Amino acid sequence: MSRILATAGTEFRIALRNRWVAIAMVLMALFSLVLAAAGSAPTGGLGVDRLSVIVASLTSLAVYLVPLLALLMSFDAIAGELERGTLPLLLTYPVSRAEVLAGKLIAHLAVLALACAVGYGLAAAAALWADPAASAGLPAMLRLLATSVLLGATFIGIGYALSALSRRPSGAAGLAVGLWLGLVVLYDLGLLAAIVADNGGWFTVHGFPAALLANPADAFRLYNLSASEATAAAAGVGGAAATVPVWQSLTSILLWPVLALALAIAAFRKVIP
Amino acid sequence: MTSTLKISALTKRFAEVAALTEVSLTVAAGERVALLGHNGAGKSTMMKIILGLIPATAGQVEVCGAAPGSAGARRQVAYLPENAAFHPALTGLEQMRHYLSLRGESPSKAMELLEQVGLGPAARRRIGTYSKGMRQRVGLAQTLIGTPRLLVLDEPTSGLDPVSRRDFYALLDGLAARGASILLSSHALTEVEARTDRILILSKGRMVAEGSLADLRRRADLPVMLHVTPRPGAGEAVAAALPGAEPRADGLVLSCGQGEKLAMLARIAALGDLVADLDVAPPSLEDLYSHFSKRDGQ
Repeated sequence: MSRILATAGTEFRIALRNRWVAIAMVLMALFSLVLAAAGSAPTGGLGVDRLSVIVASLTSLAVYLVPLLALLMSFDAIAGELERGTLPLLLTYPVSRAEVLAGKLIAHLAVLALACAVGYGLAAAAALWADPAASAGLPAMLRLLATSVLLGATFIGIGYALSALSRRPSGAAGLAVGLWLGLVVLYDLGLLAAIVADNGGWFTVHGFPAALLANPADAFRLYNLSASEATAAAAGVGGAAATVPVWQSLTSILLWPVLALALAIAAFRKVIP
Repeated sequence: MTSTLKISALTKRFAEVAALTEVSLTVAAGERVALLGHNGAGKSTMMKIILGLIPATAGQVEVCGAAPGSAGARRQVAYLPENAAFHPALTGLEQMRHYLSLRGESPSKAMELLEQVGLGPAARRRIGTYSKGMRQRVGLAQTLIGTPRLLVLDEPTSGLDPVSRRDFYALLDGLAARGASILLSSHALTEVEARTDRILILSKGRMVAEGSLADLRRRADLPVMLHVTPRPGAGEAVAAALPGAEPRADGLVLSCGQGEKLAMLARIAALGDLVADLDVAPPSLEDLYSHFSKRDGQ
């Protein structure tokens, strides 16, 4: 455990020096504040509190931004060590590869959690300041924060796996961008196209909810939209939230980080320094 | 004596290329062993197998009584890679504290270790600003963590200036005196000559020679070079008295076998006043090295 914490401390320091902490926090704060300002208009008409509406907007933001930040921080984790030539020495130390990854994960996750906490916190503060009744949306906000960290863990784990598989930072970066586009952007478009083509058949009823649950980003969106009562404020894929039980999306969100980390460890074990 | 490292019939192939073929060796506690060989002779490959970084194709390797790369072996082995590299954003001190923690030692010893390799004043600067020699010294400092039973050092003195090299070998002497075994590779043959107990020569993945420097000299039986400086004006007389001598700008050079050395010296001494000076050069490690690695290569 002390080895994991030592690794985490060193990695956090590196993230601080590389300005990742600052970049992530500024990015999340900026986008959250913009959403808080823009999302304040439609409140009255929907009959829900201001914060719940902001949570719905933040969910749509986080589903893009959290995986992106997670992949950006993690793609270099193993390929970078290989390229710098620091990996052979590290692996002769009495520390297992799983411990190395666990240490890196804690540090990167801490950066991400910090950025989310700052961003969401600012948005929540803005909402509460404008409307004291918005405190009704606080549980939804906390759920969003917790699931953002889990979503981040999933994509950080996937980033490590890509880093180990590609062995070169440039290759890993390419794979990471491709994966982000695929899972976060194109996946939903593909599903929508399939629904249109299916025209209310088997896929729309059974295949579509399963496909949403299989994608960690979609599961994250489903869970946050259906758990809070802000579904009405959401559009697009979010509309499907009503048809999928909350426990199913929550299970997907909880399982993905474990799966991603197992994948990362398996890929890292195959790396020959 | 207990051996820290035991290798028998080690073979490593990369696809069709044989990097190591049937290499066997043992290193005893407190022994300093130098591994010599051309680039690509298999030195680094052998070290990586000993460290458990890459698997062997065949043969047995036992490191401190454990399998290479096992947790037990890694706790007792220190490694210095050929080009020691560290994260450029960390300071020397931070990097050393990290390595101490990974070995379960107190991070507070970091400064002391850095001072031991002369990096005290630069400890709080980022490694990104270090010269190659300074990075190499961070690498050396981390091999001193704890009490390793085996040190595997790949070109440890590359990038170090002559004074630092001397300090480095003094550090090694201290470690060996405490019972640590040292396996190092080097291109600086003259340092290895004075500072190691045994020499191994690898050529194209095969062990072509093994023994102390005196052993190797005897076995190679290379000629001794005698450099004779005649008195001014006596050059022709000396050359006539020493048939076979090769004239040079500053005198004559003779070569003779180990066995004929004393007879030859007597002949030169008999020339008396005609000779101004005489130097005797035994075969250097360079000569031995090229002798052994060439013999196998053909």
